[in-house]
Amino acid sequence: MKKKRRLALRTIILTVLLAAIFYTLYANLTKDTRKTAAVGEEAPDFVLKDLEGNEHRLSDYRGKGVFLNFWGTWCKPCKTEMPYMENQYQQYKDQGVEIIAVNAGETNLAIETFAKQYQLSFPIVVDHTGEVQKAYGIYPLPATFLISPDGKIVDYIEQSLTEDMIKNYMERIKP
Amino acid sequence: MVELSGNLLFAAFVFYLVAILFFGGAIRQKKGLEGSPYQNKPVRSGKIAMTLTILGFISQLGYFITRWIAAGHAPVSNMFEFITFFSIMMVGAFIIIYSIYRSTVLGLFTLPIVLIIIAYGSMFTKDVTPLIPALQSYWLPIHVMTTAAGQAILSISFIAGLIYLIKTIDASAPPKKQFFLEMILYCINAVIGFIMIKLVFSIMNYQAVFEWVDKEGNTSTLKYTLPAILGPNEWNLLTAGRMEPILEMPAILEAQKFNTVIWSFIAGTVLYILIRLITRKKAARLFHPFVKKINADFLDEISYRSVLIGFPVFTLGGLVFAMIWAQIAWTRFWAWDPKEVWALITWLFYAAFLHLRLSKGWHGEKSAWLAVIGFGIIMFNLVFVNLIIAGLHAYV
Amino acid sequence: MEKVKCECGHINPHGTILCEACGKILDEKMNQNELLDMRYEGSARRSQTYNKTIIDKVWNFFSSVKVGVTLIVVTLIASIIGTVLPQEGNLSIQIPVNQYYEERYGWFGKIYYTLGFHDLYGSWWYLLLIASIGVSLVICSLDRVIPLYKALKNQKVTRNSGFLKRQRLYSEKQIDNTVGDIEIVKERLTKKRYNVMEENGNLLAEKGRFSRWGPYINHIGLIIFLIGAMLRFAPGFYVNEALWIKEGDTLAIPGTNKEYYLTNHQFILELYDESDGEVYKEALNQKGGVVKNYQSNITLYKAEESLPGEKPKLHKLEDYQIQVNKPLKFDQYAIYQSSYRLNEIAKMTFSLTDKESGQTFGDITIDLTNPEENYDLGNGYHVELMSYFPDFQIVDGEPSTKSSKPVNPAFAFKMVTPDKPQGEVSFAAIQQTIEPMGENKYKMTFKSVDTVNYSGLTVRKDLTLPIIALGGVIFLIGVAQGSFWYHRRIWLKQENGVILLAGHTNKNWYGFAKEIETIVHGTKIPVPVDQTLLKEKKAMEGQGGKSVG
Repeated sequence: MKKKRRLALRTIILTVLLAAIFYTLYANLTKDTRKTAAVGEEAPDFVLKDLEGNEHRLSDYRGKGVFLNFWGTWCKPCKTEMPYMENQYQQYKDQGVEIIAVNAGETNLAIETFAKQYQLSFPIVVDHTGEVQKAYGIYPLPATFLISPDGKIVDYIEQSLTEDMIKNYMERIKP
Repeated sequence: MVELSGNLLFAAFVFYLVAILFFGGAIRQKKGLEGSPYQNKPVRSGKIAMTLTILGFISQLGYFITRWIAAGHAPVSNMFEFITFFSIMMVGAFIIIYSIYRSTVLGLFTLPIVLIIIAYGSMFTKDVTPLIPALQSYWLPIHVMTTAAGQAILSISFIAGLIYLIKTIDASAPPKKQFFLEMILYCINAVIGFIMIKLVFSIMNYQAVFEWVDKEGNTSTLKYTLPAILGPNEWNLLTAGRMEPILEMPAILEAQKFNTVIWSFIAGTVLYILIRLITRKKAARLFHPFVKKINADFLDEISYRSVLIGFPVFTLGGLVFAMIWAQIAWTRFWAWDPKEVWALITWLFYAAFLHLRLSKGWHGEKSAWLAVIGFGIIMFNLVFVNLIIAGLHAYV
Repeated sequence: MEKVKCECGHINPHGTILCEACGKILDEKMNQNELLDMRYEGSARRSQTYNKTIIDKVWNFFSSVKVGVTLIVVTLIASIIGTVLPQEGNLSIQIPVNQYYEERYGWFGKIYYTLGFHDLYGSWWYLLLIASIGVSLVICSLDRVIPLYKALKNQKVTRNSGFLKRQRLYSEKQIDNTVGDIEIVKERLTKKRYNVMEENGNLLAEKGRFSRWGPYINHIGLIIFLIGAMLRFAPGFYVNEALWIKEGDTLAIPGTNKEYYLTNHQFILELYDESDGEVYKEALNQKGGVVKNYQSNITLYKAEESLPGEKPKLHKLEDYQIQVNKPLKFDQYAIYQSSYRLNEIAKMTFSLTDKESGQTFGDITIDLTNPEENYDLGNGYHVELMSYFPDFQIVDGEPSTKSSKPVNPAFAFKMVTPDKPQGEVSFAAIQQTIEPMGENKYKMTFKSVDTVNYSGLTVRKDLTLPIIALGGVIFLIGVAQGSFWYHRRIWLKQENGVILLAGHTNKNWYGFAKEIETIVHGTKIPVPVDQTLLKEKKAMEGQGGKSVG
């Protein structure tokens, strides 16, 4: 009887110790991973101003699919995909898909020059403080989030996009 | 004030020097076995030796206080000041242990080591240095002084252990043990060698300036105060009539420091060989007559108790206070800085020591060897980690 | 498991070496002449007595002090290896870490990096070592403290004579009529705060038993400390963020979920100079500039709730001067002065100049973080900023920027003047000017630059600190208790007209022997003799005799 109790006690103590060690090891090994906004979850809301000073709040776009693109003028792949985005924007803006291009905090001058050069018509907002980039956990540029009309993240793409891909994505988030 | 402070330190040095002679005399006079509780009345020269030691200690405290007043901060902020303070604490620890055990033999061995440490400390620049922002805190004296005290008490354990080894490892002991014991004495010789060489060349005012190329490819100059056996990377001797280096060091290693180490070992070796040739005895046998009259178990107990007293003090100063201060100054209580890690290593080592002693019955000789290794770790942390590895603690 | 019944009647657990009650030797293997090994009072360690299931085997593995010491030594050696080269975490380098180790330390650095020693203290195996020490601490302590407690609790006043004779301090003497002397001894013992117990004329005096619990208390402290260290990884316990903030900027404090904001008014770097006192003169001459102070003057705000990207309403909390050793503390956070960048370009001023005459027509000042498009100089002169590259580079013949930081700014100006109404285009970068449309009449002369300093602050929240501190305090209490106090026992036994006196302590035999001497002084009770001392004396005399012969 006593022996049984002792065995049970030892088992419990060892299990607790083992669990603690495994938890610590696991936590330690995963501590450095960035927290990218997860697919399937609600997209973090934000408020950013565009070059004219108008506020854009993500939640105001409920009911529309949102193609959320992070970019910078120095980023080469961003430059490549911008014209494709502009083309597809023209196709889909009447079908309830909106593009929001979040610039990674550059000067208005640089962005304006760029926008003029590529004749971009979708809203460009500037994340001066980097808070939105942080909330979405993006790195490096370009990074694109597909957000469904009900505000959920459908997909996250961390690479340069082709026009076909963009078209596909637009289809996916069309209301 | 700084001058007065320096004079007081010198006075202490002389007091200790004379005290050693009287400690030697005390041992010759003593009848019976030291360490027996029943015949513990110290002989007269033992009393004189102790009085001198206490005078030296007071004089050193005088140095410390006057320098504190002069500098405006606790004089524990560079190598000279720290090593000197460590020597004060070592004498203090000896006085405490003496008050418990009345062992004159311990004094005979402690004070020479203290003298060597004082002399070693004075090889570093003695300028009063202003405090960099990280050191401007009342934790500086609290942390450093407690740590030094702990290390000093632990060092007494080394001295008792060393006496134990000199006593018990005789000509009939295995050659390996005799060899290691000689190694310890040889290392002490190397430190003396370092001091002598430094003194000789500083009296001669030796200086050799080199131009060299560092690891980033920049050319800069370097002033040697010892003749260069090891030259810096792509050296070019600028001072005329100075010795040319025999070997060139790669840029990532600090040639000058290695050069000093080489010189110390050369001088130490010469010194050691001289001792062996003149006395025709192993160095350890030379000290043997002084330790005959002390009980081995008594030494073992002194060694053990010093660890017991020193370990908590070291933990408090070297780890607990260190962590508190690090949290305030470096934003985190533990940064895996080399000096920190070596404090942890010291702590782990003495923890292992205590466990081996308590549970595995490592008394006597094994314990004495461990005490010696422990001191080796403390010295390594004090000297090599600061001078060669150097992290956030970089002094000088 | 069988119990062992001693002749005194006490029933001991299996594996007991010395009877818990009377101290009689139960283990036949023990040498009958040597002094007793009094570790753990000769009680039965549980681990040695059960060894059946896997659980028991694992338990017994960690219960061994040998394993514990081995773990300590392995950790010690691993820690040494980690100090051979600097750890990744303590480096501040621009190039990738793997490159750094190889470039700086050659093949050795490459091996060091490949083996993962660049982050040794964060490696899974180092963590596992520390964790194993933690497990060993728990199991070793449990396995020893309970039997020790029982042995000390069950000890009887009357001890087996064999037990007494084999104590280190021992003496015996035939005495008649001892009653008076025993009374004196009893009184002296009580005066010295011994706990004296009597049974059939035999005495047990005990003092400082609590010091025996020291090791177990310090182990509890260590375990609490380790739990604290573990909790760092639990969500919400720990924040470690860097905040680079320019003078004049107001930013959200990272890690606070935009709850707190901070304005950096000024970064100050002070050096020591003559005014700091004559004593430092020599040191300052030797070393040159020694830094006296790093300081950021800031204002702390509490912010109303806001979304990412949104600028919230701020309510001022306090002004503070963050210095090294003087972090700003608020809520559960502390903000430290940990780094700085001086003299970063903030604004650049150019003059519109006639190349030939050198005449100037006004200055334009460009704010590099927010440049304007048009700068009107009046009198028909104006300058248009066509493009701006904060970190200028030329790729495939096209000017572009490497990043958004003003590291190497370059500008394309259009200079419109009354005589050149179409404007001339000039491209100005640091130390070069390109005039893409052919030779110009005017140029933009670089005049001056406004710089700004950055404070590098560290934001820290660490809720594990109280736990860590508690562990540290308990550890210190335990260690002090076990090291500075000691457990002393004196046994006095009368057997057939013979008085047996024995003493045991777990340390400081020397002081203990002296104490017993004063206790029995002047009585007929014999002074106990240190039996190890006798041995040594004999050995010494033996040696002396040989040398004479």
